[in-house]
Amino acid sequence: MRRIISVLMENAPGSLSRVVGLFSQRGYNIESLTVAPTEDETLSRLTLTTIGDDHKIEQITKHLNKLIDVVKLVDLTEGAHIEREVMLIKVKAAGAQRAEIKRCVDIFRGQIVDVTASLYIIQITGTSDKLDAFLQAVGDASILEVVRSGVSGIARGEKVLSL
Amino acid sequence: MLSGGDMLIRALRDEGVTTVFGYPGGAALHIYDAIFRQQDVKHILVRHEQAATHAADAYSRSTGEVGTVLVTSGPGATNAITGIATAYMDSIPMVVLSGQVVSERIGEDAFQETDMVGISRPIVKHSFMVRDARDIPEVVKKAYYIARTGRPGPVVIDIPKDITNPFDTYPYEYPEKVKIRSYTPATRGHAGQIKKAVQLMLDAKRPVIYAGGGVVQGNGSELLTDIARKLNYPVTNTLMGLGAYPGSDRQFLGMLGMHGTYEANMAMHHADAILAVGARFDDRVTNAVNKFCPNAKIIHIDVDPASISKTVTADIPIVGAVDSVLSEMLALILESEQKPDASAVKNWWEQIDEWRDNHGIYTAPRYDNSGEKIMPQDVIKTLHEVTGGDAYITSDVGQHQMFAAQYYLFDKPRRWINSGGLGTMGFGLPAAMGVQMAHRDAVVACVTGEGSIQMCIEELSALKQYHLPVKIICLNNQALGMVRQWQDMQYDSRYSESLYEDSLPDFIKLMDAYGHVGIRVTKKEELKAKMEECFAMKDRVVFMDIAVDTSEHVYPMQIAGASMRDMWLSKTERT
Ligand SMILES: Cc1cc2nc3c(=O)[nH]c(=O)nc-3n(C[C@H](O)[C@H](O)[C@H](O)COP(=O)(O)OP(=O)(O)OC[C@H]3O[C@@H](n4cnc5c(N)ncnc54)[C@H](O)[C@@H]3O)c2cc1C
Ligand SMILES: Cc1ncc(C[n+]2csc(CCOP(=O)(O)OP(=O)(O)O)c2C)c(N)n1
Ligand SMILES: [Mg+2]
Repeated sequence: MRRIISVLMENAPGSLSRVVGLFSQRGYNIESLTVAPTEDETLSRLTLTTIGDDHKIEQITKHLNKLIDVVKLVDLTEGAHIEREVMLIKVKAAGAQRAEIKRCVDIFRGQIVDVTASLYIIQITGTSDKLDAFLQAVGDASILEVVRSGVSGIARGEKVLSL
Repeated sequence: MLSGGDMLIRALRDEGVTTVFGYPGGAALHIYDAIFRQQDVKHILVRHEQAATHAADAYSRSTGEVGTVLVTSGPGATNAITGIATAYMDSIPMVVLSGQVVSERIGEDAFQETDMVGISRPIVKHSFMVRDARDIPEVVKKAYYIARTGRPGPVVIDIPKDITNPFDTYPYEYPEKVKIRSYTPATRGHAGQIKKAVQLMLDAKRPVIYAGGGVVQGNGSELLTDIARKLNYPVTNTLMGLGAYPGSDRQFLGMLGMHGTYEANMAMHHADAILAVGARFDDRVTNAVNKFCPNAKIIHIDVDPASISKTVTADIPIVGAVDSVLSEMLALILESEQKPDASAVKNWWEQIDEWRDNHGIYTAPRYDNSGEKIMPQDVIKTLHEVTGGDAYITSDVGQHQMFAAQYYLFDKPRRWINSGGLGTMGFGLPAAMGVQMAHRDAVVACVTGEGSIQMCIEELSALKQYHLPVKIICLNNQALGMVRQWQDMQYDSRYSESLYEDSLPDFIKLMDAYGHVGIRVTKKEELKAKMEECFAMKDRVVFMDIAVDTSEHVYPMQIAGASMRDMWLSKTERT
């Protein structure tokens, strides 16, 4: 099953490489990874998505927790949560295609953020599934370049991941 | 006001470190100068950095204190890697100080630069790169704290040369305490779980206590022994746990696992309740996990939550330190009205005694020693006899290691010092050096093979320098015996690269060159007398080159892919 694990860790040199190293060392896969400082500049928040059965996920969270730099973590997929990913796509958009793509962007509530005579740059935000669906709708033939931010997430309701 | 180099050594002193094993070089020279100008911390000059790590590791294993290593950058640091990995796999607390090129050269492929923090990352509990000399006291304090607490392990401190510059001085104060907000190792176990565990143990009809290295590390041997005796339950130890329960006790079944005893493996397989304590269900113990102990409910006590249910799922997991959890268990057992089921336990012991009588290695020799040849098992038995069972025994890796584990019955913890998790050949001799440094008056023997001893044999020179009279018991079977055993069993005796074709050195002459004593034993009748002669030379390093049977195998041996009860008992006999 796909999981979103959110990690609060020391914003210190080497901490990111310890997390990434753990995954390759123990043969766990990382689907996506995002990391940035938080409002408390001594802390970074790292969000990663991974796939595994319950046993594997349990081992992953235990081993992450063992890293000295990791302060706290939560498996967001265990409860209600909000998941967002940002995607920028450069597509061919000429002639009749232009209107077609524009419609598609509207349906997915995306934005066209740059335009030339023959292409658009589109920004879409949402769950990874939604982003996948948009790519499918636009079709490989017109896609020139795709860049995705990786997943960020936060628990719904009162639950807070902080010190 | 102190320089970074002086601060570092002062911090070691203030941490209580008395002994550092190391080897100098450019990036560490400021630190070495600081060592020269003080008396509190003694430095032992090894002959290879790998040996420094093994010596510090064994120093720790035999005392419970954190071992300390000092090496230079580049090749000094990389030479230390095998020893760091060895300590990591066996959860041994150690701090490795490595010199690094000056801060502003880092990343430029400078002379003798390697990314030590990067290279060591998968084999350390944590690592630090010092970026400001003023941080040294705190970093040192944290490093020792992390190494020693929770599940112990090695910690690296990488120190760029400019940080230890003698011309930049700073005020020094050693912190009394450290707090690391992201690190809170478990201590006490969950009271409810402990209660459940005691209940399960008291209800058991066929209980086994399976104790590992964590009991030795966590100083839980006495409590474990009290509990086992109180309940009259059988105990088996892992290779790392030998000595956690007295080896010569009636309730001891011997080691379990791949080369464990018949009775220990049978008891595990047929148990209905297993108390696993400070053991990690290693693949050398469980054999095929899906066939492991089919009828047992499992209690697992471990300080590291990641050890629990990693390979075998625990029915009652308890995260906590062995001493704390076992003392709570003992208290509950003592105050409980319920006593163990005496008739079930009696039946269980009868079954176990039958296993012992049929195939146990302690009830009768299960190898043929009627011939002329010296059998390796008999060498270990003689060693036990001559040393009164009270020596510190270090070991290398191979058949000799297994024979030592099986036949030197360790009655005390911290007496059996070997590399289990990584299985590092070359560990034995430097380990003996570390143990003898910690226990100057104790009898320390290294059980080795003619293969292993040639890795790290250079330390004979360090033994000379520091007057460390270790005894080397070499079971010379003219082969990489453990490899050859596997080749016999799985590759139709095709001895690919496990023989030396008459190229072995004359160890007696070699000893002479180093200024030590060599004794060769080729005849069975003279073994004991020569060994007595060896141990009578209390202040000399003595190497016993013992010609043992060259074709002997280690048995029992579990049959791969099967359950714990499936074993080869000899070359021709299996369960
Ligand atoms: C040639 C060869 C053959 C081998 N054959 C065998 C064999 O037949 N049988 C065998 O048993 N091994 C064998 N081994 C060794 C094997 O590879 C493992 O090293 C060993 O089984 C692990 O022992 P352990 O389970 O006691 O764990 P250790 O590696 O000693 O780990 C200790 C465990 O205790 C925990 N712990 C540490 N401190 C505490 C504390 N204070 N409180 C609570 N928990 C704590 C740790 O978290 C860890 O999980 C062999 C090795 C070699 C090289
Ligand atoms: C550094 C290292 N290299 C290779 C091995 C694989 N290995 C395990 S046992 C063994 C043979 C050891 O030979 P020896 O020291 O003579 O011991 P014996 O088995 O003959 O008693 C080898 C090569 C190892 N454990 N460590
Ligand atoms: Mg050999």
